[in-house]
Amino acid sequence: MTDIAANEAGGAPALELSGLRFHYPDGTAALDGIKLSVAAGERVALVGPNGAGKTTLALHTNGLLRADAGTVRVAGITLDDTTLRDIRRRVGFVFQDAEDQLFMSSVREDVAFGPANHGLRGDELDARVDAALAALEVTHLADRAPHHLSGGEQRRVAIATVLAVRPDLLVLDEPTAGLDPASRRELITTLRGLDVAQLIVTHDLPMVLELCPRTVLVDAGRVVANGPSTELLADEALLAAHRLELPFGHAAR
Amino acid sequence: MGAGHTHPLYVHEHSVVHHLPAHVKVVAVFTFTALVATAPREHLLAFAGATVALLIGLRVARVRLRFLLPRLAVVTPFLVGAVLLPFVASGPRTEVLGIPLAVEGLWGGFGIAARAILGASASLLLVATTEVPDLLRGLERLRAPRLLTQIAAFMVRYLEVIVGEVSRQRRAMTARGYDPRWLWQLRPLTAGLGVLFVRSYERGERVHAAMRARGFEGSMPVLLAERPAGARVWTVALALPAMMVVARIAAVLVHG
Repeated sequence: MTDIAANEAGGAPALELSGLRFHYPDGTAALDGIKLSVAAGERVALVGPNGAGKTTLALHTNGLLRADAGTVRVAGITLDDTTLRDIRRRVGFVFQDAEDQLFMSSVREDVAFGPANHGLRGDELDARVDAALAALEVTHLADRAPHHLSGGEQRRVAIATVLAVRPDLLVLDEPTAGLDPASRRELITTLRGLDVAQLIVTHDLPMVLELCPRTVLVDAGRVVANGPSTELLADEALLAAHRLELPFGHAAR
Repeated sequence: MGAGHTHPLYVHEHSVVHHLPAHVKVVAVFTFTALVATAPREHLLAFAGATVALLIGLRVARVRLRFLLPRLAVVTPFLVGAVLLPFVASGPRTEVLGIPLAVEGLWGGFGIAARAILGASASLLLVATTEVPDLLRGLERLRAPRLLTQIAAFMVRYLEVIVGEVSRQRRAMTARGYDPRWLWQLRPLTAGLGVLFVRSYERGERVHAAMRARGFEGSMPVLLAERPAGARVWTVALALPAMMVVARIAAVLVHG
């Protein structure tokens, strides 16, 4: 996927959030001044307990939720009403439940949906779809109905659907949740092979150690810690204070 | 199309008919049905011709009568009406096995029964050889309103998901000892339906969010390149209504 790298705006971070605040309509503060950045091509893990605001934060990256205050910048472009469309192309969002993400009647159509919305047609569209299917090694599933695939296959297809628009940043919400160990392994290998910045929201801390050099820990809508994964995940007291732990038998160093 | 698309009326085969483009089949079946429906009921030869044409179609499509006949039950209400007509219609009577029957009613009943059965069989031939996404795409090519075909597509796509949720909910209730026997025990079931509605609504919102995340702004993009159907394809598909045209002409010549 060399053309993905070409897409990255020279030097600008793939994602920059600053002073992000968000209240749900019922008044609950979900985000309380978030500052976070992901460099071009970098893989960053976003961890935290249930209800910490991880998914809410992720939904801000492509304007599906709009902040009460603060700025979202993707590849140097500030999110506002005029850039919304461009930002949505630049941020590939992989939802937690593939059942929500895959809504067309065949895998091929689902993968074509994004690029077609951004104006691609005919042979160009076909080529883009084929490339995305090949990158995720799901070419053989092209004519299958997405809702009849296994969980692992669905997850790969879901990633293909967003990769097809050549994003500058992939945002993945709990990509390994509900996968069997072999599917999880394949997914990790795939993510490692993708040459695009990634923000991975997860509870799968061993995967974080494997994939993400840097981890951001959020709790109660705030960034509590931000640093190298090996250091952050070795801090047992910090993890325990935020309802996290490495599974039995794992060590951060 | 690979495995897994199938609906209960689909027959898994690889016949010539299965491989015809859906829009061509829709046109063929629609024309055939229109020709059957407008044939004067006294033109017995036209109906005989229609039956032969359909049987050939079924044969080529490898759809067995054993599959077709039970599914024709859908026309039963019309058949009941058709059977009653000779008894209730007024006018000159004729004796069949000693029972006086109205001649006009007999013709009327025959007309209804023949048209209902032939029309339904033609539709069944279409759906038995066409998978739902293809059928919807075919209707789109025939300029059916995209909004309607898209609604149908989403309905088909999420019906299974919702049915799955219903059965999981029922199982969870049963696992906790819920076994309704009386009307007043139905309350949890209706409450469950309410929950299901809310969940489906929320799923709708999530799906919409997923669509917006990929640049959706209110209209579905055209995804697959449409290849125009060749003359040969049209010839094969239109053989069905063509046979019917021949039968109609023959009937006019014979019956006058």
